[in-house]
Amino acid sequence: MAGKLDLDPRVVREARALAARAGQPVVDLARSHTTVSVERAVLRLAGVRGADSDGIPWVNRLVDAVRADVGLEHGVAVPVFHAMRGTGVDDITVLAQKAAAGAVRFGVPPKKAEATAARKLARRATNDGLKVIDRRRAERDRLIKRYGDPKQRPWIYLIVATGDILEDIPQAQAAARAGADVIAVIRSTGQSLLDYVPEGATREGFAGTYATQENFRLMRAALDETSKELGRYVRLTNYASGLCMPEIAALAGLERLDMMLNDSMYGILFRDINPIRTFVDQRFSRQVHARAGIIINTGEDNYLTTADAVEAAHTVTVSQLLNEFFAHEAGLENWQLGLGHAFEINPELPESFRLELAHALLARELFPDAPLKWMPPTKHMTGDVFRGNLLDGFFNLVGALTGQGILLVGMMTEAVVTPWLSDRDIALQNVRYVLTGAGNLHEDFVPAPGGFIQQRANAVLGEAIDLLAKIVDDTLLTAIADGTFGIMKRPADRGKGLDGVAKHAEDYYNPVTEALEA
Amino acid sequence: MSIVRPYGDTTGDGMVQLSFTLPVPHDKRAEGAAVQLANKMGMDPALLVHAKPMGDGFTFFVVYGRVSHLVDTDQVQVVERDYPLLSAKEVNAVIKRRMRRRLNVVGACIGTDAHTVGIDAILNLKGIAGEKGLEYYRELSVTNMGAQVSVPDLVETARAQKADAVLVSQVVTQRDAHLQNTRAMSAAFREALPAGKRPLLIVGGPRFDELMAAELGVDRIFGRGTTPREVASYLVHALIGSPH
Repeated sequence: MAGKLDLDPRVVREARALAARAGQPVVDLARSHTTVSVERAVLRLAGVRGADSDGIPWVNRLVDAVRADVGLEHGVAVPVFHAMRGTGVDDITVLAQKAAAGAVRFGVPPKKAEATAARKLARRATNDGLKVIDRRRAERDRLIKRYGDPKQRPWIYLIVATGDILEDIPQAQAAARAGADVIAVIRSTGQSLLDYVPEGATREGFAGTYATQENFRLMRAALDETSKELGRYVRLTNYASGLCMPEIAALAGLERLDMMLNDSMYGILFRDINPIRTFVDQRFSRQVHARAGIIINTGEDNYLTTADAVEAAHTVTVSQLLNEFFAHEAGLENWQLGLGHAFEINPELPESFRLELAHALLARELFPDAPLKWMPPTKHMTGDVFRGNLLDGFFNLVGALTGQGILLVGMMTEAVVTPWLSDRDIALQNVRYVLTGAGNLHEDFVPAPGGFIQQRANAVLGEAIDLLAKIVDDTLLTAIADGTFGIMKRPADRGKGLDGVAKHAEDYYNPVTEALEA
Repeated sequence: MSIVRPYGDTTGDGMVQLSFTLPVPHDKRAEGAAVQLANKMGMDPALLVHAKPMGDGFTFFVVYGRVSHLVDTDQVQVVERDYPLLSAKEVNAVIKRRMRRRLNVVGACIGTDAHTVGIDAILNLKGIAGEKGLEYYRELSVTNMGAQVSVPDLVETARAQKADAVLVSQVVTQRDAHLQNTRAMSAAFREALPAGKRPLLIVGGPRFDELMAAELGVDRIFGRGTTPREVASYLVHALIGSPH
């Protein structure tokens, strides 16, 4: 469906080139730093499991112990595996337990041969973890072949969020039977600011369910049953965001999650997480997603919930271009880029629907091979559920007309309650009516040459290029500090999690990054 | 006229609409059950206009009907907004002109409540329902302490930030935790600071009764559907007085 907007390919190329120039310094920063969460992800892949009696994961205790002795800047892999050799402990979780009790001292081996031996052991252990991720990916491919993909595009994406994984499971299965192709389990509020990943099956989240390895496993197993029953592979989504982004990415790969929310700037802007921490964590997590065959969903929709959806439309385009650059750099392919955007223009504004069409089509044509994640109205949902249902219908219509890849089902009770069974049913009925009724209407939907929609899309792209040029001059970190995105000001030396960042020493070693970049 | 009835299309017809789900498969008995519920809720006659099966063993109903209840508007008790609603611009202007410094706000969810939805809706830039939170107000200096903050930490931070106002959000209501936490919080502030030095204490949450402020020892309670702008306007009203 390319070519409806008559975008100038030279302008599009220029936009991409600018995004690469704006993004490169951040990539350089990410390549030269590590974080506590990156190191914990390495140790999770190397096999550290479980938590102490207070629920603090052994992987946290181990990284803290290494850090106290030698700092983070060498990476934890060599000190840990050097200690494994020195102590003769062959189970890395046992080593973590001993370290937590103060029974192990960590150091960087002075002799080159010792360091080489430690690296080799570390590599072997983390490669075992990566092999599990590879097996899970092959398993997904097999199941998709067996059960099939959804018959229609966009895929229908529904959220469950009870706080209790055992309650989530039947709800997710019911949602899949009712037509959902993708199930997202919303996380408990506050998890993004926890500097550890909780353990085990959890039943007490708030407005969402904790992301834990066991919860991932339970839900994936349940949806495998439902996929078999429905003859359609039902995908599972969670959130690689917050302070534990790299670890959650690793757990998602180990438990065959299919999509992960993973935005380059969301944590910075909306959770006040330090920008450097976020960019370092994000690059690593995306490399893991790339390996796991996971589709990422970026969060541009969120900017429009704070900034004005018309005035700030170009910031969405800029962020999509940056997210694309960062994703490609981390090894993700186009089919893995669920770039986000949203139907958030004030419905009172004249021509609001036409503007939505222009913006949605612009994203479609700029990223023809990306699935695109189309997000429903939230900001102008008021509690008037009748009007909300109508808005959702128009949102669905834009999705059908502009070939969006993933459609998050809007709820008329947005901003009222967490969705009831009946809310979800009504919302799905809305989606089905619009997608079926509109059918292939996108074939007939050809904006008039030089008309409103073409002009608007080209104007937004032009503004995006201007902003990108400015970001290239000022640097992305300055732009973020100045409140360019979502009008939130986030300086690079502030925000949560900064104390968990370290610059690489000369001898920094990370066997996972090494394998993922090979 | 203080006695009213719901209005469908004729004065006094008492007509209302209702939708709900029953955990039963759809059949004639289920429809009868829906009418029975509507009758028990005071709808008589109850007209079942829509019934639709959902998934395994659930049916969604829409019922229209007449209720016999009378509503006496004179008997209604609410906390009326007793201050003018200002725009963000006006709030900023009043603070700048009258206080000549930024107004300090400290917010938190206290106790074990990890539910930051409420405090975030009021404080975060993202705000709620298209309205930006207090962080957006240039003349407000906002410290959002997040979830599971202990009362001593809150008092300490309020003191350190020279808070003019403390906003506490409580969502979890199991065993009246929201009321106990609020009482503990207000008592701690009374103990730690003399009357003139105490910040304005405000609590919010969907299950508070807005009439209980005095009983809980706080200056104001905000209930469901409160917007950042209402809170900002109240801060100006309570701390500065008339905007003019």
